[in-house]
Amino acid sequence: MARITLKVDGSTVSDDVEPRMLLVQYLREKLGKTGTVIGCDTSNCGACTVHLDGTSVKSCNVLAVQADGREVTTIEGLADTVDDELHPVQEAFRECRGLQCGFCTPGMIMQSVDLLKDNPDPSEEEIRLGLEGNLCRCTGYHNIVKAVQQAAGQSGAAGRHRAGATTAGAPAEEVAE
Amino acid sequence: MIPAAFDYVAPTSVEDAVAALAQHGDEAKIIAGGQSLLPVLRMRLNAPEMVIDLGRIDTLRGVRDDGDAIVIGAMTPHSVVGSDPLVAQHAGLVAAAVEHLADAQVRHRGTFGGALAHADPAGDLGAPARALGAEFAIAGSGGTRTVSADDFFVDLFETAIGEDEILTEVRIPKHTGWGSHYEKFVRVAHQWPIVAVAASVRMEGGTIAEARVGLTNMGSTPLRARQVEDALAGQPATPDGVRAAAELAADGTEPPSDLNGDAGYRRHLARVLTRRAVLAAAGADGA
Amino acid sequence: MTAVQEPAVGADREIGRERRRKEDARLITGRTRWTDNIVLPGMLHLAMVRSPFAHASIVSIDTSEAEEAPNVVAVLTGADLGEAQGACINAWAITEDQVTPPHLPMPSDRVAFAGEIVAVVVARSAAEARDAAELVDVEYDELPAALDLKEAAADTVLAHPDLGTNKSAFWKFDSAEAGTGGDVDEAIAAARTDGVVIEREYRQQRLIPAFMEPRSVVVDPTGEQHTIWSATQVPHILRFAIAATTGVPESKIRVIAPDVGGGFGGKLQQTPEEMIAFAVGRRLGKPVKYTETRSESLLAAHHGRDQWQKLTLSAEKDGTVTGFKVELLADLGAYVAIVGGGVPVLGAFMFNAIYKFPAYQFNCQTVLTNKTWTDAYRGAGRPEATYAVERMMSELAAELGMDPLELREKNWIKHEEFPFTTVAGLEYDTGNYEAATAKAKELFGYDELRAEQARRRESGDPVQLGIGVSTFTEMCGLAPSRVLGQLNYGAGGWEHASVRMLATGKVEVVTGASAHGQGHETAFSQIVADRLGVPFDDVEGLHGDTQIAHKGLDTYGSRSLVVGGEALVKAVDKVIEKARPIAAHLLEASVDDLEFADGRFSVRGTDSGVAITEIATAVFAAHDYPEGVEPSLDSEATYDPVNFNYPHGTHLCAMEVDTETGAVRMRKYACVDDIGTIINPLIVSGQVHGGLVQGIAQALWEEAVYDDAGTLVSGSFVDYLLPTAADTISFDVDHTSSPSITNTLGTKGVGEAGTIASTPAVINAVVDALRHLGVDDVRMPATPSRVYAAIQGASAGGATDGAAMPHFDPAEPGRSSTEGAGA
Repeated sequence: MARITLKVDGSTVSDDVEPRMLLVQYLREKLGKTGTVIGCDTSNCGACTVHLDGTSVKSCNVLAVQADGREVTTIEGLADTVDDELHPVQEAFRECRGLQCGFCTPGMIMQSVDLLKDNPDPSEEEIRLGLEGNLCRCTGYHNIVKAVQQAAGQSGAAGRHRAGATTAGAPAEEVAE
Repeated sequence: MIPAAFDYVAPTSVEDAVAALAQHGDEAKIIAGGQSLLPVLRMRLNAPEMVIDLGRIDTLRGVRDDGDAIVIGAMTPHSVVGSDPLVAQHAGLVAAAVEHLADAQVRHRGTFGGALAHADPAGDLGAPARALGAEFAIAGSGGTRTVSADDFFVDLFETAIGEDEILTEVRIPKHTGWGSHYEKFVRVAHQWPIVAVAASVRMEGGTIAEARVGLTNMGSTPLRARQVEDALAGQPATPDGVRAAAELAADGTEPPSDLNGDAGYRRHLARVLTRRAVLAAAGADGA
Repeated sequence: MTAVQEPAVGADREIGRERRRKEDARLITGRTRWTDNIVLPGMLHLAMVRSPFAHASIVSIDTSEAEEAPNVVAVLTGADLGEAQGACINAWAITEDQVTPPHLPMPSDRVAFAGEIVAVVVARSAAEARDAAELVDVEYDELPAALDLKEAAADTVLAHPDLGTNKSAFWKFDSAEAGTGGDVDEAIAAARTDGVVIEREYRQQRLIPAFMEPRSVVVDPTGEQHTIWSATQVPHILRFAIAATTGVPESKIRVIAPDVGGGFGGKLQQTPEEMIAFAVGRRLGKPVKYTETRSESLLAAHHGRDQWQKLTLSAEKDGTVTGFKVELLADLGAYVAIVGGGVPVLGAFMFNAIYKFPAYQFNCQTVLTNKTWTDAYRGAGRPEATYAVERMMSELAAELGMDPLELREKNWIKHEEFPFTTVAGLEYDTGNYEAATAKAKELFGYDELRAEQARRRESGDPVQLGIGVSTFTEMCGLAPSRVLGQLNYGAGGWEHASVRMLATGKVEVVTGASAHGQGHETAFSQIVADRLGVPFDDVEGLHGDTQIAHKGLDTYGSRSLVVGGEALVKAVDKVIEKARPIAAHLLEASVDDLEFADGRFSVRGTDSGVAITEIATAVFAAHDYPEGVEPSLDSEATYDPVNFNYPHGTHLCAMEVDTETGAVRMRKYACVDDIGTIINPLIVSGQVHGGLVQGIAQALWEEAVYDDAGTLVSGSFVDYLLPTAADTISFDVDHTSSPSITNTLGTKGVGEAGTIASTPAVINAVVDALRHLGVDDVRMPATPSRVYAAIQGASAGGATDGAAMPHFDPAEPGRSSTEGAGA
């Protein structure tokens, strides 16, 4: 067992973990952060994407011990869920129907946020290439690409700022209609 | 999905890492970025008793100018290499290859040295390293030695790095002002290349003065296509000027046959992609 | 109390509105309840020990070392579980003499495919279960394996030696025998002398549904009912199958499908893993969980497609088709899955498609092999049929030098000819192929792309352009129970719905359809909001729990809306009729003077009225309601459709083919689908996009490949190639609408349309790009290597063989090899 201390979604957590425990397993099993999911065992699918010290990583491809002393943001920490606020990228995914079954969605949103942080005004091709590490089986990607485009337009530099910065308080439906 | 149990140590210096290796011998595995190692462990294709993490050794990270070369620390993430101005200026071929290596998340986590040490012949960095004549600094208990790119890659997943050694940095001779292109052929974006060609050219007017060409996934190691380089020298950067040289690209290669194509098809691809890569590197039409 | 209802008329009608999905709020914030998220006190974890061999006798299983491992509670084999493990059922014996091997969840004597479970380890953590599973020592005696479909059909090697044959069932439809058309052999013979005969053999490669959420099951045997959470499309069918094969009363079993991450047919199964978890949970009296890895999922969750299609099409010299003969070999894999044998039969009525073939014959031989069992995958039988006929129609057009759309129009059913009874005996209710095609051509820029194609051919451009056509139809909305009965299917095709009017004015609708990404909660809310006149947000959709939705036949075959939606309409209508006498009582009016609109009963010619939600509150209090009437508005309905419905569409695809490498790139894809009335355009477009990519992926990327030993080579996402965003394009999607007349709402199924239509459109485009080079087929998936080989004149690109290249060095090739990171 190894003692690790890290910050996850704004809270400091500390646990004894087996060195073999993957970051995604730590998030799900120790912290109950089940919004982050496991979709494959070869790190192709990207469903487990989280931010580690501000950049996207596949949390199945990081050991929990490697996250010691670092900061992790998951889909559950992207926006202030207490107030039902949404990050602009979350809003855009809902608005554009960038999801169906929703299993790939946490990873897809986390990667999209990272993509827009590096490139606030991406072309369609840049969006598509930026999401090449995330598999979706439902949407055919069409609406996911649209969602990222909308998030880019909606928030200018739809970077890493917290949710609600642009359309605070307005439920997505009202904004849409 | 769950690796077999192992012990773990994260040394903070190269000396400590080498000492840990010496202590644990062949029961240890080194983890750099872990983007290839962790899937192996998850699928239990390998079960080391000890994992030595280089992630806490700060001196292994970064890119620096070293006179006639740039030096890339082994633990520098791909995403840092890909956006580094020194790399862009002096080793454009490396920047081109890194740009589409794996995917964004893997580029954030995976490391330059780790990928090279993994020595997957389908990995994207071996061919540029060979083409540009990179030198590999390898640290062991007896100190640090340097191995040329031609000697570094030994076989499938096998390098010149010894049992108690680690790769610390990679020195890449400056190719300032050279045009570069990495032509990668895949069926889907997240795939390892079926074949890829790394090409750098130094142009004098419309003529190729010098060329460097490396091949990905055309044998058990990344290859350098010297016969192509020699034939390109002095040729005009036109489809006709390059074609004959590119036809030599597959000579002497023993590419694999798999789901994505047999050896003969790969040889054909190598020839076509070499022509395209060289023309694109030269900034010519008809690529 | 809700005093004033928002109107739901005219422009404010919910049906047709682009409502954002109710489901999405939790999905985009991670507040989801996947089965693998469930944790119960004292829960134990299972790890499966699977056969590495395609076919072998089990000589012995030594579990002693595993039992000694830390925190292991039990290691159990098939012999240990005995009859308690139940059996995996086949619900559709397509013929009375179908050969059906017994299918135990965990056999104890012999394994019939690589990946079959031989032992289960139960431990306190998933990691410890996995660790111990490595210690189970199984001794196998390898047997010859039946792997190649054609060889298996010849019984050269037997997949199940005791059965004496690999041939499971032969199913035939002949239009002359059925009285629905002429004699196909006569038509073909006639065409051989003074017409055209096109003969082709196509391969429908084996695919893997590859839903994103790996399957997971949790069994809680505590309490009076055993509760099973499972990532399944079919909670009701699963409950039935468990009860029927274990002897546990159905009333003691509760199955819950919580959030389910995709299915595409792949979770339409009663799985060995579910049965084993149920048996282990009962035996130990403790909650247990099993979640598969992706590799296990690709290996052991059922596969789809896998057919050889021998096709003969006859026509007159002017292009008028005269006959179509279909001879199929279908690979069942090692067992006959729950509807496995029936999948090709679902295509039997669709090979004639939208065309007026005067004679038609369908023959299908299902075959057992030592591979993973096959069953429904998105489209199930109909993509195979559509591929065959749409490829053949394009081949005929090419043979005759006709435009492929003109040839099709010459033969298709004209819009004024509906309803039309086909040569396969189905009555197509509505459709307008002319309108959809005209719109699609415009959307696509058909003439401009044809001109570009001509220019590229003319100039000898190394990148050639091809245009592919697919004018598909499908039968969906499984299905009229009587029809299913005639086909010897083991269940009906009805669906059930109920409506609960809550005292606070909210409405709960309960459907027996079980969503897994489709958006039922939203679409059903829209239907109810309109019909009942209540706000969209006041409607809550409930499903996927056999104690809440006690009756249902689940979600597959594009049936939820057209069958489940209709059941809901009927339940809502019952609510209104139950409310009517109470409204009359409250308003002190005659029932005959009441009219119901926008959620209110009003007395004709007066301002007097009462909202239906007010009536719900009134009957909750039950202080004042008429004699002889029950104080409840809650209603339920079971709907059995009278017919299928027949969406159709015209799909046009432009592919660029790099003739130097064989690489293909999609340039443009436009489709116009007629799916009748659209409830929610946003949901529909999503279904179309996703369907398209799955169909395109069959054409270009996906294939489950086995090596000569029967090992699945494409056993991870490294080798089973799903496309990414970077491999696909944005689509041009539009609709025409000929409302179905087989249901009240006028809807037709949409869930499978894109997948069914797109595969032949893509291959037709690739072939069209290369036709002038002598290419008339490229086998799927059309890999660059196959396309290049086809250009070089090497037939149809050859078979896929050989192993996948390792990128994760499997052995120990020197310790420097995994020296860390890489890509």
